[in-house]
Amino acid sequence: METKLKTIKKVKVDHDEHHDEHHDLGFIRKYIFSEDHKIIAKQFLITGIFWAVVGGLFSSLFRVQLGFPDLDLSFLSPIIGNWLTPQGKIDAEVYLALITMHGTIMVFFVLTAGLSGTFSNFLIPLQVGARDMASGFLNMLSYWFFFLSSIVMFISIFVEGGPASGGWTIYPPLSALPQAVSGSGLGMTFWLISMALFIVSALLGALNYITTVINLRTEGMTFFRMPLTIWAFFVTAILGVLSFPVLLSAALLLIMDRSFGTSFYLSDIYIGGEALANEGGSAILFQHLFWFLGHPEVYIVILPALGIASEVIATCSRKPIFGYKFMVYSILAIGGLSFVVWAHHMFISGMNPFLGSVFTVLTLIIAVPSAIKAFNYIATLWRGNIIFTPAMLFSIGLVSTFISGGVTGIFLGNSALDINLHDTYFVVAHFHIVMGVSAFFGLFAGVYHWFPKMFGRMMNNGLGYIHFWITFIGSYLVFFPLHYIGMAGFPRRYYSFSTFQAGNIESFVDLNVFVSYAALITFGAQFILLFNFFYSMFRGKKATKNPWRSNTLEWTTPINPGHGNWVGAIPKVERWAYDYSKTGSKEDFIPQNIPYSRTPESNLPDDDQH
Amino acid sequence: MNIILFISAILFFLIVFQLFRSSELLAITDKEKKTSSFNDSLNNLNAIGGIIFLLSLIVGLFWYSIAEYDNYVLPIASEHGYVTERLFWVTTAVTAFVFIVTQIVMFYFAYKYKYNESRKAQFYPENLKLELIWTIIPAIVLTVLIGWGLIVWGEITGPPPEDPEVIEVVGYQFAWASRYPGKDNKLGSYNFKLIDVDNILGVDFTDSASFDDFMPREIHVPKGKPVLFKIRSRDVIHSVYMPYMRSQMNAVPGMPTQFWFVPTKTTEEIREETGNPDFNYEILCNKICGRAHFSMKHTVVVQEEYEYLEWKKSQKPWIERNPEYLSKIQEKNNFQKLSLRD
Ligand code: HEM
Ligand SMILES: [Cu+2]
Ligand SMILES: [Cu+2]
Repeated sequence: METKLKTIKKVKVDHDEHHDEHHDLGFIRKYIFSEDHKIIAKQFLITGIFWAVVGGLFSSLFRVQLGFPDLDLSFLSPIIGNWLTPQGKIDAEVYLALITMHGTIMVFFVLTAGLSGTFSNFLIPLQVGARDMASGFLNMLSYWFFFLSSIVMFISIFVEGGPASGGWTIYPPLSALPQAVSGSGLGMTFWLISMALFIVSALLGALNYITTVINLRTEGMTFFRMPLTIWAFFVTAILGVLSFPVLLSAALLLIMDRSFGTSFYLSDIYIGGEALANEGGSAILFQHLFWFLGHPEVYIVILPALGIASEVIATCSRKPIFGYKFMVYSILAIGGLSFVVWAHHMFISGMNPFLGSVFTVLTLIIAVPSAIKAFNYIATLWRGNIIFTPAMLFSIGLVSTFISGGVTGIFLGNSALDINLHDTYFVVAHFHIVMGVSAFFGLFAGVYHWFPKMFGRMMNNGLGYIHFWITFIGSYLVFFPLHYIGMAGFPRRYYSFSTFQAGNIESFVDLNVFVSYAALITFGAQFILLFNFFYSMFRGKKATKNPWRSNTLEWTTPINPGHGNWVGAIPKVERWAYDYSKTGSKEDFIPQNIPYSRTPESNLPDDDQH
Repeated sequence: MNIILFISAILFFLIVFQLFRSSELLAITDKEKKTSSFNDSLNNLNAIGGIIFLLSLIVGLFWYSIAEYDNYVLPIASEHGYVTERLFWVTTAVTAFVFIVTQIVMFYFAYKYKYNESRKAQFYPENLKLELIWTIIPAIVLTVLIGWGLIVWGEITGPPPEDPEVIEVVGYQFAWASRYPGKDNKLGSYNFKLIDVDNILGVDFTDSASFDDFMPREIHVPKGKPVLFKIRSRDVIHSVYMPYMRSQMNAVPGMPTQFWFVPTKTTEEIREETGNPDFNYEILCNKICGRAHFSMKHTVVVQEEYEYLEWKKSQKPWIERNPEYLSKIQEKNNFQKLSLRD
């Protein structure tokens, strides 16, 4: 087996070296239907950026509705005319469609495809020392399925009846019955088709990531020498492979219920003046299936971000990540446990309360490995020599928001407290901070940190700092106040609170206005990043080979690595990725490919174990 | 006002532009430095920024939480509400402590250990004892919180005490309806196929237990007595949410659910407490259900027990108020009987 693998690798190497000699791939094969993981990563990134802008625009729109319900939006009617009522307000069903698309876009298209798709693709081969993914072809397919899925989802925004509007969780019967809400007509069909394509893309990608990590690590790259980024991407991919098919089956059954008259989820329904024939289905069966994906999904979103933060924090603190092994075990524990906590989204769905107890226990267990990770990040800063690159700032910001959002999970995971908090703005605050903001910060950190490797140029630091501070402060101002609104009993997915009477409603009007201003400013600040990104791509300062003085293998490639990544042989890995500021060493970093024999002054007695 | 906004916007862009330019220039000058485009004073500025952020965060958190306490903490109006509220605030205390301490430590470290050319970071890859400590302590604290939570949860979702007031609550797009069992204390059976414009709950009036059932316009409940809501939905999922009662349960088509609670404050009393003479308890729909989800609510009146009993006595059974419906059914039944005889 061993030798067989080696021969395969060898053949591949020869093949690639052969490639290097004559670069005659046409433009289309090189940049569009490319099988090169670096190009595919950039494709995911650009598509993700597009979706992030759309998702952000939608949230700005409904934030306007929530903050300024009386505002006349007629001036927008050339663009969104058919979304407005004659009075120039956003239509109530359109509001629901907007939050549904916003949630779907952000969770799946930006923070799953955009984040994992970009960085797993870009970093796995570069950091494990492989010429490319195990299957370049499947990898290419993965992107193009995502592209198709994006097209379908984008078209769905304009179809008759509007896009899906049952919430990103698309609970039936609402999502099954066009009579119930107009978005459950054609829009929902498109949503389901799009998600089916998306799942295919996610599976193709994930299988590739897993295979590459297992099989194509370069010589010496043992599992426990892998950078934490790779561990995070690896476990993320496993979660995806195990959970996305369940969403697919949930969606298939929903399609059957919608189009072929089956009753998987439908029972005892009287709607639109008639009793439907469906009997014996279970509406909460869908919830079980959905959240069996849905919960792992939130870790699919956050683990890569944490992986990126691990790498950036270690590099920029000039210190080894604290407790590497514990970090790995935490990732594994989070991955495993994430499959057995799903029903904490269903405490008051009507399921057996005993199940609620079981899931409370399991949910709060998962808080322990998450806490370990947070503590270890902080310990890494201790006695470091910290360089605040924009990537480092966003990583610190990530740890901050991961903690603020994480602690509110302890409320929501406790079934007794969830009774009153479920589906309120408290939940909106919780998941935006712990998943939305943190994962976005991970994405930002990744972009700032690996931009030089992606484009051979540096991003502008000054703009990076401004972008960070506005975004960081802004995110807290947007999402932290929502906790209070939620505690006061404000339900989420409400188009308007004009008929609402909780406590002193007046003070929440002010708060909602404040939050909306903060949201618009924060969203606006993202254009600083966009400018920086595209400007630096062409005009940025030329990057050096290893601008952050980092240990991992990607920085041993040429500044603009070509197809096959390394010219000549792939470097051999001699040590773990975190020999920063090692005692005795002259430099404050020792890259992974430097053998111990060349660093006798800093070797430790147990070094062969790293 | 607009001018001020305009000027500050321009100033802001000037600052951004200056920073942008200066880092472009810096990038050229510090080519020989160790880390590309590293700038000491900017680095310190970012470290200080962290401290300022930290202080504002903590001050803001305490200021708002204390100043606005009465606004965001709703008065409690159910017995279990007091219990969950205590758990809530203990959890808040624990988590706020962890939150504040970790943020302080993190931003303090970030400030204290900011880059200094003359120093080298300490190679400190692990400390087993430390890690065990911060594995075990959270585990213990969480165990306490869970244990407590589970006991409370068990009580709330357990069987209601002896003979609660049973009320059927039904959600449909986009309103709520209720049904009381009447004198016999038994709700008649129902079937969704019997629903029509008159009989909106699909009550089966061939079941004699239905004869005295009544369906008021508002839900009335007695203070101090357990009330059991039997919850169902006609079309899509809704959720019975009563924030003052700290109560919530989904209404699911095809799967009846239930929730019981003991009201502790009459509507009169809560009006006094909130200082709002028009205040009413409400059931809010808290599961997305379509266009008018946001306005799907229903008044709940909490009364002293004697008032409640009086009110109940004054309510006429539905069938008495809808005699035409009865005759329609009887006709149908007779017809069926006749046709059976044939
Ligand atoms: C520009 C920043 C953002 C703003 C201002 C924002 C605002 C909001 C608001 C106000 C809602 C609740 C609407 C309602 O329940 O009526 C919401 C829903 C949601 N948001 Fe965001 N959000 C932002 C970014 C994000 C990000 C980064 C994520 C990624 C996880 C995200 C994921 C979601 C999800 C999953 C929902 C729930 C949708 C649903 O109810 O079905 N949002 N957002
Ligand atoms: Cu979950
Ligand atoms: Cu509703």
